[in-house]
Amino acid sequence: MLTHSKRIIRSGYKNFIRSGFTSVASVLIMTITLFVITSLIFVQVALNSSLNDIKEKVDVTVYFVQDTSEADILGVQSALEKLPEVKSVTYTSSEEALNQFKDKHANDYLTLQALDELNGNPLGATLNIKAKDPSQYESISNYFENGDAFSKGTLTIIDKVDYHQNKIVIDRLNAIISGAQKLGFVFSLILILISLAITFNTIRLIIYMSREEIGVMRLVGAGKKYIQGPFIVSGVLVGLTSAIVTILLFIPISIWLGNQMTDFVGINMFTYYKDNFFQLFIIMLVSGVLLGGISSFLAVIRYIKK
Amino acid sequence: MSLEDVTFSITQGEFVSIVGHSGAGKTTLTKLILAEEAPTEGTVFFESTNIHTLSNRDLTNFRRKVGIVFQDFRLLPNRTAYENIAFAMESTGKSDIEIMEDVPHVLELVDLANRAFHFPHQLSGGEKQRLAIARAIITSPELIIADEPTGNLDPTNAKEVINILKKINDLGTTIILTTHNSSVIDQLKKRVITLQDGRIIRDEKEGKYMI
Repeated sequence: MLTHSKRIIRSGYKNFIRSGFTSVASVLIMTITLFVITSLIFVQVALNSSLNDIKEKVDVTVYFVQDTSEADILGVQSALEKLPEVKSVTYTSSEEALNQFKDKHANDYLTLQALDELNGNPLGATLNIKAKDPSQYESISNYFENGDAFSKGTLTIIDKVDYHQNKIVIDRLNAIISGAQKLGFVFSLILILISLAITFNTIRLIIYMSREEIGVMRLVGAGKKYIQGPFIVSGVLVGLTSAIVTILLFIPISIWLGNQMTDFVGINMFTYYKDNFFQLFIIMLVSGVLLGGISSFLAVIRYIKK
Repeated sequence: MSLEDVTFSITQGEFVSIVGHSGAGKTTLTKLILAEEAPTEGTVFFESTNIHTLSNRDLTNFRRKVGIVFQDFRLLPNRTAYENIAFAMESTGKSDIEIMEDVPHVLELVDLANRAFHFPHQLSGGEKQRLAIARAIITSPELIIADEPTGNLDPTNAKEVINILKKINDLGTTIILTTHNSSVIDQLKKRVITLQDGRIIRDEKEGKYMI
């Protein structure tokens, strides 16, 4: 059994090495497939990073009436933080709000003068809420509308919640994010399927060219496994070599992307590549080896029936 | 080409030539004997076993008892002469030691010892055919089927190939030779079965090429 396996592996290896141009062609086609798979992983990472950036920019602010005490506001903050939809709640006191306003309008003389004439702080305290997912802002907003925990006697302490002003933008963003993710998935799936079909057909074509050789092996009295084995080993070697070529190709590509595209996609692709090198290599290796092995297995099987 | 009403038997150690024009059914007959094709009617027996009812495993075992030599050599292109012969032995599960002992011996027998590590494309037509014969005899088969083995060879190489087959036959191996080379048949002075339009028209003990 061990001798048999050793012979199959040796024979497959020699086939791969001696087939020269045919092996190079198979490696190139398989490299294109693995390149597409890796590129799609990169695109997904970039897309997710961009979408996360957009998600981070969406928030809802709760404005409190001016006389509300800090203790009451912190009570609301603590209640909000307990909600499962809420990612974070940031408290801004009326003084901080005033300072931020002044900083923001430092060059706007007229606005600052108008503020001085008011002789006081017109801004109330706020709570800035970030949801775990943009689709959850509605339920957070409903929480304010339904809850009477935010009443101080007969007066409500909440001046307004700006969800309704932002609703159109939030809904549109939700639709864009969900659409982009779905489109990305479908697009990736189609590209992967096309690449797989091309690779499978290339290997099938190469084995088709060896059909007479397979016929001779049969007539010489070789068993199925002994005929099929070396072709599968060669297919696995094509996958292995392609995985190594692809992973090496992505080093300069990710460096270039890191230098040129970080601001645009919001993530340094070289850093991502470095940090996930091992996982990506395993994905390439497993994809290549399985694709090569299974394609060869399926391609040879039709020629070794009786 | 279809065969019709073809019935004959071959005893162990015989040298039988099957002759006929192109399209007479010679290749179809060899394919039936090798179970490469199944008959629509009739049976092919090898040592009282109907080879067309064999399972895949038994068919593989049957083929190990038969050596084949083709007109177009059908060598494994990515293997050296040594490896082509070794492949037949490896297929039958022979050990590495047996392979290392027997392959050089057979290469010597067909005068290819100095071409052991050449690939088929580096060999001449005659050398390729001698290599194909070496591959066919390495497993000591009970039967050798040579399908037009001289078809692609010049007269000198053709004669050499036939001489090798005769020597193998002298050692007790049954040979079935298909050919339309009249000089080969006349020189052999062995049994000749003549096919015409898929039928046997002559079966003579020491036949001549008469078509």
